[in-house]
Amino acid sequence: MAKVKGDIVIDIEKCKGCGVCIPACPNDVIALSKNVNGKGYNYAETVNEECIGCANCAIVCPDGVITVYRKKIE
Amino acid sequence: MAEITKEDIRKPENLIYKKTDLLTDKPLSYCPGCGHGTAHRIVMEVLEEMDIQDKTIGIAPVGCSVLAYEFMNIDMQQAAHGRAPALATAVKRLNPDKFVFTYQGDGDLAAIGTAETIHACNRGENIVIIFINNGIYGMTGGQMAPTTLPGMKSSTSPYGRDVHMMGNPLKMTELVAQLPGTIYVTRQAVHTPANVRKTKKAIRKAFENQKLNKGLSFVEIVSNCNSGWKMNPVQANEWMVENMFPFYPLGDIKVND
Repeated sequence: MAKVKGDIVIDIEKCKGCGVCIPACPNDVIALSKNVNGKGYNYAETVNEECIGCANCAIVCPDGVITVYRKKIE
Repeated sequence: MAEITKEDIRKPENLIYKKTDLLTDKPLSYCPGCGHGTAHRIVMEVLEEMDIQDKTIGIAPVGCSVLAYEFMNIDMQQAAHGRAPALATAVKRLNPDKFVFTYQGDGDLAAIGTAETIHACNRGENIVIIFINNGIYGMTGGQMAPTTLPGMKSSTSPYGRDVHMMGNPLKMTELVAQLPGTIYVTRQAVHTPANVRKTKKAIRKAFENQKLNKGLSFVEIVSNCNSGWKMNPVQANEWMVENMFPFYPLGDIKVND
């Protein structure tokens, strides 16, 4: 079992759907949604529970819409 | 063992990364995937880490980042086209205890502002210049810039840049590295997490140099312009790695301690 578990929160109304976060993720957690936000962009969303909270996606996100949490599991 | 829910993870004590408060809540005016947003954020993160946000004056250029003062929540000035290093010189000389940086694109710094940039670098003004190079005039519709690669297509060189007719690209960073006034000259990128971290370190070093009154630090960030290059953001980053980096190799060009 993984020793750390992470989670990301994406501000979907500010996401522009550029997809730069998708190749940055080591565990393929992020994909572009089929739905669009208020501006008409296909926003990024999480598609599985494999996030380890490495923050790679948040670091490359040009619009800074991703907030990252990480918790150690005892 | 109980299953951990998302609510357990999303607690303030588990927070690893969030957008810095030195960026305003305004949505950035840049195209999706543009490197400007990342560059803005890491500059602000460096200022926050050094705790100098109340002592820093930024100079916004003309170009896509002309509205940088809308997004950077610090004291900003906006200079005439290409004149940001001249304005930064004035601001720094009048306020020697403040940190002064300019944030310029390649149309601003390498075309209309070449004289100001070279003379500010040659005089060794104690400022930081952050130079975003995407090889194109992004704001006005993707025209050829002095930094456009040989053979690269733009709206004013639709068959690719012909160096016999249109001249050679200008490597500003190598140029200013030869001048005695510059103390730290480097070229970085912001397309992958590793490069973003390296760029952040470079910008941190540049501001540390300014703290020690060492001279001018020049940080070039090779960036993409997916709208100008007519690609999607991920393709533009791949194209940048394949074509821009061989011509504009990343790394420190001059480090004087």
